[in-house]
Order: sequence, then structure tokens, then C-alpha cells
Amino acid sequence: MSFSWTRAGAILQKELRDYRRNRFVVVFAMSVLPLVFVIVPTVQLFSINVTTTSSKLNDRIGISLLYMLILPALIPSVLAAYSVVGEREQGTLEPVLTTPMHSEEFLVGKALAAFVPAVLVAYVIFGVFLGAAAIFAHPVVASAVFQRDHLLIQLLFTPLVAGWSIWVGIGVSTRVNDVRAAQQISSFASLPPLVIVALMSFNVIRPSIALALGLAAVLLVIDAVAWRVVAAMFDRERLVTAGR
Amino acid sequence: MVVEHLSKRFGNRVAFDDVSFEVGSGEVFGFLGPNGAGKTTTVRTLGTLLAPTSGSATVAGIELCPENGPAIRSRISIMPESPGLYLRLTAAENLECFARLHQLPDRRGRIERALAAVGLLERANDLCGSLSKGLRQRVALARALLNDPQVLFLDEPTSGLDPAATRDVHELVTRLRDRGVTIFLTTHRLEEAERLCDRVAILNTTIRLVGRPADLRIELFSRGLDVRLRAELQDPASVFAQAPGIEHWEAVSPGSYHVTVADPDATAPDLVRALVRAGADICSIAESSHSLEDVYLQLVDDDGEEQPR
Repeated sequence: MSFSWTRAGAILQKELRDYRRNRFVVVFAMSVLPLVFVIVPTVQLFSINVTTTSSKLNDRIGISLLYMLILPALIPSVLAAYSVVGEREQGTLEPVLTTPMHSEEFLVGKALAAFVPAVLVAYVIFGVFLGAAAIFAHPVVASAVFQRDHLLIQLLFTPLVAGWSIWVGIGVSTRVNDVRAAQQISSFASLPPLVIVALMSFNVIRPSIALALGLAAVLLVIDAVAWRVVAAMFDRERLVTAGR
Repeated sequence: MVVEHLSKRFGNRVAFDDVSFEVGSGEVFGFLGPNGAGKTTTVRTLGTLLAPTSGSATVAGIELCPENGPAIRSRISIMPESPGLYLRLTAAENLECFARLHQLPDRRGRIERALAAVGLLERANDLCGSLSKGLRQRVALARALLNDPQVLFLDEPTSGLDPAATRDVHELVTRLRDRGVTIFLTTHRLEEAERLCDRVAILNTTIRLVGRPADLRIELFSRGLDVRLRAELQDPASVFAQAPGIEHWEAVSPGSYHVTVADPDATAPDLVRALVRAGADICSIAESSHSLEDVYLQLVDDDGEEQPR
């Protein structure tokens, strides 16, 4: 099988056009939800008592940063959960499946359509958070936020957590017959990687570059394997006939 | 397209069984049958969306098997009963997506030609969600034309359309046939099949009949003459006995008779003479006509009676 980026790109372009005209995606997933997830951790930053111990300061910052990572877990899981079962409900999946497109091309197009906006929004929100910390937070708090380890965890794990959420969301979407059920299941299933990040943020696992890179590599492998697993789960016959 | 002993089962349920037929290049082939007869499942199977349980087929000259799925799908188009358009995209954007999925060259030109073919070039930039059902159906048809398919599967293409839109679709099908496109038309509208199709197959899980609509009528119904007189005949048995070739006769209503004959053209003059000799005032004598609907209903009713309750 020769993978075609033209076909995967067709799905990506179609999805992005669709998002742009979808009020739920624009208003809720791309605006309200990110705002909530930048306001709460920023307020927390300002409420930190600078005379507290270094360990407690790190814990408080860890909680704020964890909030930031819920966003790349949650947004793509909602979008990915809709990707297959949503098209089935709308009756748009069958025409797509009658083209020469391979399942992998469809899945990569769908995954990129959830990945690109989710990671973009997550990085923008993280940038706003860092800017607020640099400008408004106490210098002690700001310098703790700008620690290399914190930045590395955030930058590295944002796309990897999003990748996990996307493949879980698409996987669920290929197997259930209802959009709401798909979104609920995939929202819960998107959270496990955050446990590792939480342990690092709270210094339960002492973060280091080596450990962060190691865990990121593991998550990357899981994301890559998940793609193949989801591709194997993508059963055209079941998608066309099940639940009808 | 050649289909040989093709069957599809879902567990114990038989969708269609032992289906065989051939469709020639450039032919419009009608596929008729009641709800649940297996028409759409047959289309999906030939379109490589479903794997057959047994049997074999060649679609657009390619053997039907999982490995050949993309190659077959690049040479065919399927227009499902529901248009399945992205409603938040314009008509042109919908077509652009599918042109890219088919990896077609000259996408812009093809999109314009496809929209022009269905008379929607001026609505190219309208969101599909703002179009009426008939216009959406036309966009779906334009989408099916994008890749210049060798075989075009149309599943109930005029379902829910008003008469004017239906006429437009019929004209388009005729134009496509003239261009040499093989068309596999699934429909409930028997007059549509009769008007458009070179041959039809009647499916009720198994193929019940395949042939030209006119041949099917002859095959299924005995030929006859409908006689209408100003008044009832005193002794119809003796009158009809005078005309050779009459196999059977029956009184339909006072002054109206239906006579069964082997050759209406040969028998009609003798029958007229016999009636004139009997002093009958003849209003009309015409060959009995049976529509494709009569053929269809006869077969479906037979199947219904055969099925155990």
C-alpha cells in the first residue's frame, strides 16, 4: 500500500474547513475551554505565598502546569471521538469509503485535524500563561515557572498527550454507535498519561531531562502503536452496516 | 461487469443469495426489488464496501477481491440514497475534497464540469446545508461524476425529488449513457426503470428475472386483446370460437372482454370479422398492455405467497 499525503490532506483540509464553520468547535473547544484552563492556573500563580518552601512552591506550580496539560488531552479527545461515528451519523462516511482512499490515510487526516488545532491552542495558552507569569507574578514565582524542567515537560508532553487522546478517541469512535457515548468514553480514556505528568509535576517522580525524554519516547512509541491498532480496528464493513 | 453466484450473509441472515448477471459496457441496468431485497447490499458489495460471502464478480474489468478494492473504487462511483454531503462546506468544497481523495488532475476544471453537468455551477459557493434536498442530490450526483467513472452506481437517485428535478436526473442519466458510462440503477420507481434501463433485474434476495422490460412482460404475461363493445354479446362463446388463435376468453365487465391469444396481430382481423358477423358494435380492440410494474408486482406477490408465515 502506498500512503498518499494528498488524500490524508484532503481529509485534514475538509475537517479544518468544517471546524471553522462549526460554532461548537470555535466557541467552546477553541475559545471557552482554553480560557478556563488559562484563568484558573494563572490565578493560582498569583495566590502563591512567596515565603513558602521551595518544595511547596514547586507543588503549586506543578498543579498550574498540570491544568495546562488537560487542554491537549481534552480538546482532541472531543474532536477525535466525533471523527468516525459522527460521520456515520451524518451519512457522510459511506461516500468517503467508496473512494480509493486507504483506511490509514483517512485516520491520519482525522488525527491531524484534531492534533493541529489542539496543540496550537495548547501552546498559545501556555504562552499566555508564561507571559502572565513573567509580567504579573512575583519574581520568585516567575523564576520557578521558567525552570527548564517545567518548560521541557510542557513542550514535550503537550503533543504526546494529544496524540494519545486522539488515537484513543478515534479508536472509540470506530467501535461505538453514538457520538455522545464516544465523547464520554474517550474523555475518560484520554486522562491516564496525565498521571505520569502529574507525578513529575509534584516531584513524586523526580523530573530530569533523561527521565522526561525516556517517558516521552515511551509515549511516542505508544502513540505510534496506537495508530496501527486503530487502523486494524477500522472495519469498513462494520462501519457501513453496524447499528443500521 | 460480471457477477457469478454472488452471496452475502450477515451471520444467519441472508442479504442476497446466488446472484448472477452481466452488465455490458455503456448499458443502463436497473436493479429492482422490494425493501430488504438486498439491492443496496449488492451495490455495497460490488463497490467493495462489503466482502461477499461466496461467489465472484468482475467490476469495471477488475476481479472483486479485497486487494483490488482501491483499484476498483478508482474506476467506479457510488451515489448512495442519502447524498452524504458535508453541510458546512460549499458544493465546490465538497467536490474538491473528493477530487483530492481520487487524486484527480485538473481538479478545478473537473469540479466545474461536474457542477455544470448537474446545472449547479452558479451555486458552487453555496453551503450545502443551505441547499434543498433536490439540489443536494444533484451535488451528490456531481460528486459521483468527478472521476469519470466507468461504472456508476446510482442508489435511488430520484428518491424524494420533485418531478422537475427527477426529469433533470433522467436526462443526465441518458446523457451519461450516450457517453458510454455503464450505469447500475437501483430504484423503486418502476416507470423510471422502464424509461431509462436497457435491461432490468428483479431481486428478492435471489434474482427472480433479468431481461429487457418488454421481454419480461412477454415472458411473464400471456398476450391478449382487450375488446370493448357497445353492448354485451348474446353468445360470446360461439363468437370467440369463430376466430382461430383464441386460447381463452373472459368477460371483464358488460360489453368488455379479454381474450388470450398467441399472436395478437394474426388473431385481431379474424376476431373483428367474427364480431361484425355477430352484429356487435365495436368500440375498440387493442393489445393488452402490461407495465413493468405488473411484472414486478406479479413476482413480488408470488414470493410473498411462497414464503411460510
